[in-house]
Amino acid sequence: MSATLGRACLLIAFAGCFYGIGASLYGAVVSGPSSRAWIDSGRRAVYAVAATVAVAFLILELAFLRSDFSFNTVAQHSSITTPTFYKITAVWSSQEGSLLLWVLLLSCWSALVLRLTRRSLRLEAPYATAVLLGFGAFFLGLMIFAGANPFYTTTPAPADGAGLDPLLLHPSMMIHPPMLYSGYTLFTIPFAFGIAALITGRLGAEWLRATRRFSLVAWLCLGTGIILGARWSYTELGWGGYWAWDPVENASLMPWLCGTAFLHSAMIQEKRGMLKIWNVSLVLATGTLAILGTFLVRSGILQSIHAFGASTLGAPFLSLIGVMVAGSIGLVLLRRRALRSEHRLDSMFSREAAFLLNNVVLVGLCLVIFWGTFFPLISQALTGTKLAVGPPWFDRFVVPLVLVLVLLSGIGPLIAWRRATPSNIRRNLAPPLAFGALVALVLGVGVDGVAQKPLALALFAVASFVLAAVAQELFRGVRARQAMTREAAPRALVALVRRNRRRYGGYLVHVGVALLFIGIAASSTFQNIHDAQLVPGQSTRVSGYDVRYVRPVVNVALVGPRIAHIDFGAQLSVSKGGHHVANLYTQRSYYPDTSQPLNVAGYFDGEADSKVGLDAGLRRDIWTVIQPIDLSKIQTEVTADDRVLDSRPNLDPAIRYLAVARAIGLIRQQYLRSPPPTEFRVIVSPMVTWIWLGALVVMLGGLTAAWPGGPSARRERAPALAAQLARELGRA
Amino acid sequence: MDPARKRATRLTAALTAALLLAGALVYTSFSAASTAITPSRLLGSAQPGRSYLVSGTVVNGSISRHGDTTDFSVRDRANSTGPAVPIVYSGSVPDPFEQGREVIVNVEKQGSTFVGERDTLVTKCPSKYTPAKPGQ
Repeated sequence: MSATLGRACLLIAFAGCFYGIGASLYGAVVSGPSSRAWIDSGRRAVYAVAATVAVAFLILELAFLRSDFSFNTVAQHSSITTPTFYKITAVWSSQEGSLLLWVLLLSCWSALVLRLTRRSLRLEAPYATAVLLGFGAFFLGLMIFAGANPFYTTTPAPADGAGLDPLLLHPSMMIHPPMLYSGYTLFTIPFAFGIAALITGRLGAEWLRATRRFSLVAWLCLGTGIILGARWSYTELGWGGYWAWDPVENASLMPWLCGTAFLHSAMIQEKRGMLKIWNVSLVLATGTLAILGTFLVRSGILQSIHAFGASTLGAPFLSLIGVMVAGSIGLVLLRRRALRSEHRLDSMFSREAAFLLNNVVLVGLCLVIFWGTFFPLISQALTGTKLAVGPPWFDRFVVPLVLVLVLLSGIGPLIAWRRATPSNIRRNLAPPLAFGALVALVLGVGVDGVAQKPLALALFAVASFVLAAVAQELFRGVRARQAMTREAAPRALVALVRRNRRRYGGYLVHVGVALLFIGIAASSTFQNIHDAQLVPGQSTRVSGYDVRYVRPVVNVALVGPRIAHIDFGAQLSVSKGGHHVANLYTQRSYYPDTSQPLNVAGYFDGEADSKVGLDAGLRRDIWTVIQPIDLSKIQTEVTADDRVLDSRPNLDPAIRYLAVARAIGLIRQQYLRSPPPTEFRVIVSPMVTWIWLGALVVMLGGLTAAWPGGPSARRERAPALAAQLARELGRA
Repeated sequence: MDPARKRATRLTAALTAALLLAGALVYTSFSAASTAITPSRLLGSAQPGRSYLVSGTVVNGSISRHGDTTDFSVRDRANSTGPAVPIVYSGSVPDPFEQGREVIVNVEKQGSTFVGERDTLVTKCPSKYTPAKPGQ
């Protein structure tokens, strides 16, 4: 019954989208008193769509929470033993559910931005509404017409569901999709207003200002989603890395890079009316890449750990992307005269030039990643053979570009507008540059092995330059304020940041980025990977640490009266120079195959998931994982037990269950008594924690920059309002 | 130099740099790439010493592990009775690796065996976005 209501909600929302598009566009083109009424009605259609989709989403969540297996998607992605938190988040682990989440987020943010701009941007709003509802209609249409409906049911309902893939039973993996989708959907807002600005020809900075917070939060969410994915990969997947240049990782990184360029470039348009073509192009590219990213994960056109078998959604997505690309290029060409810069670039040594170069480097990064990701398709089109490039190719281009990027993040805030004079350069840039050079010297000479890795050393130097640059700016800012107000330094610092959240939030983001890249450079360049086969009592040596296999560990995980999974693992003890450093626990969890009737083998034929043992620290991480265990001795036991069970097919389910549990208990005892020789992989990587800390600092900086209120906001609103008033009066 | 000439110079410099980067991209990608190939074509056309990126399905019953090495066979995803390619692989094995799963691995033909390059085995997440959980 509730499934029918859910389906109805989707249809109502779909119809609402079309009504809203029609009403908004009609209100935009018609003149006279009814125009405003139609535009308002179009805006209210967005509110209605958001509410209807929210109801549909709630219905789906409730179905998961009460384990209603008549819903196909609940049966495929949840089970009785799935913990409640993961029941809630399993909603978006499926194609259908994730599309519904996409539309929910899109409609909610659209409703929010239209409500906030209902009195400003009067000319642009209807076109933006139409674009946003267009996206909504597309995704709703996919669910309704392309077979990805979350409200399909089966009767009779199965007794238990298939359960969530154990690889996804990790908090990061559950927050990662909503974060990514929030990023993508929030970027459609500036995209829609960019299109509206192009259509109406109002290409000043109003559309940028109105959507600036949305762009910033979009950038934050997308970045958080990407980092969460990297962290999940490092702590959960058994390979010990955080980035593999996999097509789907790249698909989320490309819009983020363009989004970063857009955020920076928009500042130049607001301050000096320059880089207008860049800004519209960047925002349109970001939105298109976001849709492309959403498409790549579902299409199966590229071989990847995430991309799945060809689905029916490929063609509609490609059509949408085609329309977006063609429409974007067409509109930009149409308005190219209005997009001319208000000023010219005075000097290559200026802040404007630094931002321009920043755009170029970020777009360059995006193009490199695009080329590498789509190379299999490109090479097939050009030569007939499908070729693929691996991580070394990506690193070769990305590393130098990142070096330039980090360098620019230090130079940009320090260099003067319009034209930097030699004295300006000497005063602002020289001290931090000297610090960077000093760090390079100290590390190169003082620390073993660093001088042999020039790229890593260069990054450490450049990142230190950035840190020194921000420190210098904070120091000078606090001193200037103290000269006026005689406050204590901490108070002055807080007041300084509050008066200009945008600037100091940005500085904090640059600090975070510097820390993050220090972590990446150190952990990837100086990593030590070591494989060893150990029996209890045996130890191996990695990077000066002694790692000893202390004892086997077996855990039978119960959820209520049911065995949810069986874990076989080990306790390892790490010591250095005789001093105990850490205990590491790693295990392999075996989940049952619920499609089979209950027997012992069923517990070893389902999914397996390895748990990583990790000792994280500021200076280094010690990471270990147990490789697939040789269960051949156990297998004979299992087959014997199952032969007995299979000879009694009509056994009472409770007795059958007890028999299986008893057999598992005996297997556990045997493993603990005499575990087979076990393969372990141990990785010691320096400074991995700096990556996560750097990311946290970036988020903090972004939040500071996005935080509403404060004197600067009031200062900005006044001239904008005055300008708008003048225009309105001029038109009246 | 007057502004117009300055702009022309900058534009030329920028375009040259872009062209150089594009050239480097294209050249290095073609020379450093491994050929993406299916198991059936690998059997037919593999040249020794070249790196191939094989994607296919792990053949049921073909997985055997000894120490650090995992031996398995793959066949075309689309053809469940097609020829199977035996691969000798050492290195980390992803969690979802199982018979019947889709994998991607870099291999090189050495003599008559296909040797997997270390740590290049990738197994696709099985349950997401497919219509049903893959069975045994």
